[in-house]
Amino acid sequence: MSYVLIIGAKSDIAKEVARVYAKNGYNLYLAARESPALEDLKQDIEVRSGVEVRLKEFDITAYETHEKFYTELEEKPLGAIVVSGYMAEQKLAQKDWNETLNTINVNYTGAVSILNIIANDFEQERRGFIVGVSSVAGDRGRKANYIYGSAKAAFTTYLSGLRNRLYESGVNVLTVKPGFVNTKMTQHLELPEKLTAEPEDVANDIYNAQQSGRNVIYTKSIWMFVMLIIKHIPEFIFKKMSI
Amino acid sequence: MSLISWGMYPKIKNQKFSLRDTKTLHEYISNSDEFIPFGNGRSYGDSAINENILHTKPYNNFLDFDEQNGVLTCQAGVLLSEILDSVVKRGWFLKVTPGTKLITLGGAIASDVHGKNHHIEGCFSECVEEFTIMLSNGEIQTCKKGDELFQATCGGMGLTGVILEAKISLKPINSRFIKQTTIKTKNLKETFEAFENNKELPYSVAWIDCLAKDENIGKCLLMVGDFADDGDLEYKSKKKLSIPFNFPSFALNTLSVKAFNWLYYAKAKEGISKQKIGIDTFFYPLDSIGNWNRIYGKNGFTQYQFILPKEHSFTGLQEILAKISDSGKGSFLAVLKLYGKANENYLSFPMEGYSLALDFKIEDGLFELLESLDEIVVKYGGRIYLTKDVRVSKETFEQGYPNVNKFREFRKENKMDKKLQSLQSKRVQI
Repeated sequence: MSYVLIIGAKSDIAKEVARVYAKNGYNLYLAARESPALEDLKQDIEVRSGVEVRLKEFDITAYETHEKFYTELEEKPLGAIVVSGYMAEQKLAQKDWNETLNTINVNYTGAVSILNIIANDFEQERRGFIVGVSSVAGDRGRKANYIYGSAKAAFTTYLSGLRNRLYESGVNVLTVKPGFVNTKMTQHLELPEKLTAEPEDVANDIYNAQQSGRNVIYTKSIWMFVMLIIKHIPEFIFKKMSI
Repeated sequence: MSLISWGMYPKIKNQKFSLRDTKTLHEYISNSDEFIPFGNGRSYGDSAINENILHTKPYNNFLDFDEQNGVLTCQAGVLLSEILDSVVKRGWFLKVTPGTKLITLGGAIASDVHGKNHHIEGCFSECVEEFTIMLSNGEIQTCKKGDELFQATCGGMGLTGVILEAKISLKPINSRFIKQTTIKTKNLKETFEAFENNKELPYSVAWIDCLAKDENIGKCLLMVGDFADDGDLEYKSKKKLSIPFNFPSFALNTLSVKAFNWLYYAKAKEGISKQKIGIDTFFYPLDSIGNWNRIYGKNGFTQYQFILPKEHSFTGLQEILAKISDSGKGSFLAVLKLYGKANENYLSFPMEGYSLALDFKIEDGLFELLESLDEIVVKYGGRIYLTKDVRVSKETFEQGYPNVNKFREFRKENKMDKKLQSLQSKRVQI
């Protein structure tokens, strides 16, 4: 049975994505930096779903290791899902270059590095799927989080180009743009209920969209309308706003 | 974002802390003056509501499954629906399941829930082999049937500590289908007869038309059944519809309920009919409509569930149904159920007899009506189900639960009574 590779497997969203794919019978490679939480997740999924889960040590910012990482997978995956993300606090990132750099590297540079390798393989084999979890924050830069947002915007653009390139090889690329999600990363924030998704809902949306070959999804789907409005506010008004 | 219970009443501001590991839980407990564990928010009233809430659902790993013997160990935040997703296709099912699968394992223990097979299998605690719990001093204990901590915790409404993991035994099945028989009755006497005639079948539940009057009081659709034996275990949980917003509160009035009851009752064939239906349709009919609680409007609703000892069930139910019918207050759902013997747990709801559960939207005059129903329940030696309750008085509650003082003493002795509290525990002083 085929493997799905999940990059950045430690986040709450990744955990639920892993569970959904396992529930539907896929074996998993969970790639992340080593941690006891991953061991727990492996056990959880194997008990739940009876699939095979292999943990793979992976650092998304150690670009030079990516080629080796991918070549050494015992069996090439049927699909790859990049969930890695790092949201520095905007105010901190503005002052601390390392925070800014890490935001860019985790959300963009590292994702590009590993996806380039995977895309070459999938293109040659003419099979596979790629899912990239970007963010609504990439749809327009706002003062509240434009460093994170701009890295995600770059990732969204990358995925769009990749989709275009891989179309002819029959490899589908799905861009996922979550809005607010109730996770460890956001637990200190007051999130509006109607706009906030649970990680398991995001995971189900991802699975369903990937299986039906969608290109871009927002989750919750209401974010499509929210962002449509936000994207269309003229710049001379937008620059005065605080949203 | 404050957490509310399934009845959406009361709404108070609260602070949530998510349970993710025992270390941070220990710190949380040490630093809290007062809190209550909260699972998936499916208890109806204020039993899991307070200003400080410990959200246990994120603590949801599966730990072990002995597939040969059907013994499963999970963390307490796992939903029963997740258990079914995992075990049904391997030929196992929950020994005891309530009418929703969207509750956590910890919640199932804390409410000592029961299902359509109570008269055969008893409460959820029957299938709990052991569980671990963090007490209010931060100590983690494992307990089994027979331990006082087990007796106090099963049905103890989360007031004895934070349940962390549980080992439960499952029952083998050979199908994802239920062979159901539907019996349509004309009055309460026929309904009781139908229950008694079918009591050797594992599952039974009746849907009562509460607005029927006079000689029609107690007319019902009784659904009884058992698992089929066709070897088909290809279970996929049903996709759900959802009610995206609160209905205006006038949407549910006597007329609309009458129409609904009439349609529901009329669509069933006269006398006895047979169906083969899926697990979700049989056990969890309302789970397929997400947020169905919103049909009662933004003021919320409550479920009034009481049980009467068998010898008084008929008289008492007739009295109560007549009173509800006269009040004209709509109840969308009225579920009648036969129960087997009570267990040893201090606050478990079931006793041998019949229970009725009815939904009411919160409105003026409702609590007065419910208090007058309380009097009848108390008169006949019955009791009220804490998991559904949001308003019962200390006096009414106490009269139904002979072990309440043992529970109070146990809490006091173990210094649980200050730290673990809900709005409900304060009201009924447990």
